[in-house]
Amino acid sequence: MHPILETKDLRHVYSAGTPFEHTALDGVSLSIFPGEFLGIIGHTGSGKSTLIQHLNALLRPTSGQVLLGGEDIWKDKHFTRQARFRVGLVFQYPEYQLFEETVAKDIAFGPKNMGLQPEEIDRRVREAAGFAGLPEALLDKSPFDLSGGQKRRVAIAGVIAMEPEVLILDEPTAGLDPAGRESILDNLRRFQQAKNAAIVMVSHSMEEVAANAGRLIVMDEGRVFADGAPAEVFARAEALQQIGLAVPQVTAVFLRLRAMGLSLPPVYTVEQARRAILAAKEARPC
Amino acid sequence: MLKDITLGQFFPGSTIVHRLDPRTKLVLLVGYIVALFTARWFVTYGLVLAFLLLAVGLSRIPPKTLLRSMKPLLIVIVITGLLNLFYTSGQVLVQFWIFRITREGIVAAALMILRITMLVCGTFLLTYTTSPIALTDGLELLLGPLKRLHVPVHELSMMMCIALRFIPTLMEETDKIISAQKARGADFETGNLLRRAKAMLPILVPLFISAFRRADELATAMECRCYHGGEGRTRLRQPRFLLHDFLALGLGAALVAAVAILRTMGL
Ligand SMILES: Nc1ncnc2c1ncn2[C@@H]1O[C@H](COP(=O)(O)OP(=O)(O)O)[C@@H](O)[C@H]1O
Ligand SMILES: [Mg+2]
Repeated sequence: MHPILETKDLRHVYSAGTPFEHTALDGVSLSIFPGEFLGIIGHTGSGKSTLIQHLNALLRPTSGQVLLGGEDIWKDKHFTRQARFRVGLVFQYPEYQLFEETVAKDIAFGPKNMGLQPEEIDRRVREAAGFAGLPEALLDKSPFDLSGGQKRRVAIAGVIAMEPEVLILDEPTAGLDPAGRESILDNLRRFQQAKNAAIVMVSHSMEEVAANAGRLIVMDEGRVFADGAPAEVFARAEALQQIGLAVPQVTAVFLRLRAMGLSLPPVYTVEQARRAILAAKEARPC
Repeated sequence: MLKDITLGQFFPGSTIVHRLDPRTKLVLLVGYIVALFTARWFVTYGLVLAFLLLAVGLSRIPPKTLLRSMKPLLIVIVITGLLNLFYTSGQVLVQFWIFRITREGIVAAALMILRITMLVCGTFLLTYTTSPIALTDGLELLLGPLKRLHVPVHELSMMMCIALRFIPTLMEETDKIISAQKARGADFETGNLLRRAKAMLPILVPLFISAFRRADELATAMECRCYHGGEGRTRLRQPRFLLHDFLALGLGAALVAAVAILRTMGL
């Protein structure tokens, strides 16, 4: 399968030529495939936010390339603009970007900029609100009267309404309560399946990416430290700890049990752990 | 684009320019500006320029950074230069249509451009090498005597301190909001004036809301820490005049005196 998005040896230097010069990305090459759920993890300052802003042409690479469907995202002005619609980016704490009088109008901002017909915009607003888990009754309210979690859903709906082929979210669950997190993740998965869109989620919660992502990219100091299925990545628990990341708690417990001589498979979600323990118990009744 | 505006930014460092007492630097800046406006001809300008270059050199601020901060003022500089070029009478060199370029005009334009550039560079050098807190502390101490006249010096300098502190924060915030709206296809570059003004709404509304929210949070945080104005407030860092402060002030005084004397000689 051909990747929908690709980066080739991406480098980004902030404030070049000042005392604040900082290389935030240093030779990042990766591919994103249609319909996949990709998790990006890494500790603060590892370059995650910088990386994803390259993927929809908000930042221009210092060197290297971003390819969308095989074509350079910066090849001409028109293509760059289209790229912003095809690759939707939800910033961290997106609730602070709302500005319209009503929720519906705010969600319609993206589709309007795409130049769609009013009926199509209306359909998309309703559909996107549904995907983001917003009840219809809220559509005519002012976004500033909503709760923090609801505002975030409005902002996410505003990007989903552009029907992007790749939806990128920067820490979409930061600062939400556990129920709110689970529900937003659920909404995202539903959107992914309904539209066969690729989802890229930046997170620093291991549990969260482990439970949702089909593939993981670990960033460290502006480079790709690991890239693979969650099982492969978490198998390198020690290496992860060395760059200041922890594996999910159940994984750590199971690694410890294995070190103690129990024959258990590696796991990274609580559900897998439950099944593994039940299977082990059946194999060796006490 | 906004990243080019470095007003109020502070580049931490430990050079002698950084370590000077903020009061010294403020007084030096005033002296420098007086000298700059007293300067009249090449010798006096040269002296002031030498003083600026010395300060820049000692501060280790890259001249490129300093010059880049001129960018937002480019239009002002160009217009001032052109006005001086065309509206100074004297010995005519070139004449076309209603324009007339005189020898005196060229010199006046060059000196005026030099003056504005040096004015801005000097001022920026102060904010680049002095943290906002030190700067407002210095200002408050210098203006302290005005408290007797019931001028709210402490309140004013606290306001200035907060404003300086939040310039970079608001810039960053603006950048973030612009990026977020661009990600939704906002277009700030095409269309006529009215359309462009309207395109600013998605930036201004969130920016104002967030500025008010920040102000509110800051006020609460200050109140929680029992802030109640300047009365009886002590400082963490008591500024103190050291030898290098006296030397720098001496140099500043020499500069002003030299420029004043040379000016009377028409240099
Ligand atoms: N606008 C900017 N200007 C200068 N440096 C920046 C800017 N944005 C981020 N950085 C720096 O780049 C590095 C990577 O930042 P970022 O991509 O935000 O990391 P993450 O999202 O993984 O926390 C950090 O060291 C950060 O300080
Ligand atoms: Mg980040």
